[in-house]
Amino acid sequence: MQILRRMIARLAATAVTLVGVAVIVFVVIRVVPGNPIAMMLPPGATDADIQRLQELYGLDKSIPEQFLIWAGGVLQGDFGTSISLRQPVSELVLGRLPATLELSVMALAIAVVLGGGMALTATLYRGTRVEGAIDVTGGMALSVPDFLWGLVLILLFGVLWPLFHISGRISPSLGFEFQSNFYLWESFVRLRFDVWTDIVAHMFMPALALAIPLAAIISQLLKQSLKETMHLDYVTLARTKGYSETSIITREALPNAILPTLTLVGVQFTFLIGGTVIVERLFSYEGLGNMAIDAVINRDLPLIQGIVILFALIFTVVNLVVDMTYAALNPRLRHA
Amino acid sequence: MSFLSIQDLTVRLRGKAPILRRVSIDVAAGEVRALVGESGAGKSMIGKSVLGTLPQALGITGGRIILDGEDLEQLSPRARRQRIGAKVALIPQDPLTALNPSRRVGPQITNRLVDILGWSRKAAEARALELLAEVHIPDPARVMRAYPHELSGGMRQRILIASAFAAEPKLIIADEPTTALDVTVQKQILRLIAEMQQRHGTALLFVTHDLGVVSKVCQTMSVLYSGMVVEDTNVREFFASPGHPYSAALLAATPKYTDPDGSLTPVPETVIRAVEEEVAAFDREMEGAA
Repeated sequence: MQILRRMIARLAATAVTLVGVAVIVFVVIRVVPGNPIAMMLPPGATDADIQRLQELYGLDKSIPEQFLIWAGGVLQGDFGTSISLRQPVSELVLGRLPATLELSVMALAIAVVLGGGMALTATLYRGTRVEGAIDVTGGMALSVPDFLWGLVLILLFGVLWPLFHISGRISPSLGFEFQSNFYLWESFVRLRFDVWTDIVAHMFMPALALAIPLAAIISQLLKQSLKETMHLDYVTLARTKGYSETSIITREALPNAILPTLTLVGVQFTFLIGGTVIVERLFSYEGLGNMAIDAVINRDLPLIQGIVILFALIFTVVNLVVDMTYAALNPRLRHA
Repeated sequence: MSFLSIQDLTVRLRGKAPILRRVSIDVAAGEVRALVGESGAGKSMIGKSVLGTLPQALGITGGRIILDGEDLEQLSPRARRQRIGAKVALIPQDPLTALNPSRRVGPQITNRLVDILGWSRKAAEARALELLAEVHIPDPARVMRAYPHELSGGMRQRILIASAFAAEPKLIIADEPTTALDVTVQKQILRLIAEMQQRHGTALLFVTHDLGVVSKVCQTMSVLYSGMVVEDTNVREFFASPGHPYSAALLAATPKYTDPDGSLTPVPETVIRAVEEEVAAFDREMEGAA
């Protein structure tokens, strides 16, 4: 019951957040200089042409009026039509969402495995050179932003030692007919591992570029809390029972030490999704982020609104999931 | 032949400052020995040396720890761990922090039996229920499913005692097991430890600074000062006539239950100076020998 009530409260808060985000984005992109009509018209267009187009897209009305019209459409599931691509925004955005979700989840998985592995290794070899080496590596990984890691990876594994594809989401020559836009997932469940391998070879570098800084954060925070946990009495008690150092770390310390890391991973994951915007551009990966940049360049107001609302929705859902997981892992919260 | 024989054990901080100075202590099978001393005297470090849980900065630099005829320091870390897990158990000081907060109580009692000693889960659970009843926990089945934070400090200490006796160890090290509890619970827990010790015939190394506890539970005792054993005696003799001036001063400094309003007698300066001098002389001798 407690959990249910908390969930409902959270959902209500989510709705308020989304309305706030919608208002801010709507106003800001209309107030800043530059407008979509100017991007569309050829040089030498007359005032009458401009007037006609503004009326067509409803841009001649006041901002509050425009907002009400747009919000009314959204409530009926209509996010408007993209000005530059001339397709419904909802179709465009939902079409690209799977690509970005797959990339983000893959990046998160890499970050968790890499960061978790580093933290556990450093804890197992604490006080030795191994720990020092991991600290230095982590510091380096953290101080370089994801898109620079992208460039480094392109240079290393795209140019010098071409292991992976440096652009796109899939090789066009494969000619595989997908029924959904979850390429990675679909090729896997349809057991087409040749296609799957090709997709992974495209995704791996952008995912790794996104994952490296997050892996470093996970590693440092988890290592710190593991270190503190390793001094606690129940860990010492487990040691006297005859457990090996490895099982003490993974069985006794990790389930408790992981809690602060989990909260942080939730927050950082939303940053990672934000990071896809530049990294997708860098690797010409056909996801939401890449589309967002085009939308901003073209001042495609309805598309920008649609993408930002979707990002905001993803952020709140991720945080909700993190909170739930936290409650599930921490028995003291379940009853509180 | 003693079950545990610590011989000339020296522990140093980062290889330098001595924490334990050639400590020799024997515990026979079924013997209850107290390790007494002020805080900082090193009494807990003896238990930690045996259990292999010394803080990282401390290391054993000399002496031997012979458990059941085997020199522990000659064993591989893995073998040492397994011997300790099978033959020795710890009753920790603070029951509030000694149980893993994210796990139910049951698995924390049975884990040694199942994971280290290879019991079946079913047998281990039956054993845990039996032991929880033995330590007078009402409704053991419910407690097995509870999380530590749902239980009181006294309950948790009972669980830790049950857990310590679960694998029928030959030796239990109790590291100030009542210090963190309030006075009324202290007495119950003390009685319980004594009762369990007698029923199971386990040897007990009882680390404490409370001479009242010693007189109630222990048979023999070692008095420590500054990491050095200043007296090794049996409890009746100690209370009748302590052999070392420091022991006598320690005994005199213990508040009497019969005289709760009486003023406390601190250990006199002269006694402290004398025993410090003894330690210094010992150190000089140790350096000379090295």
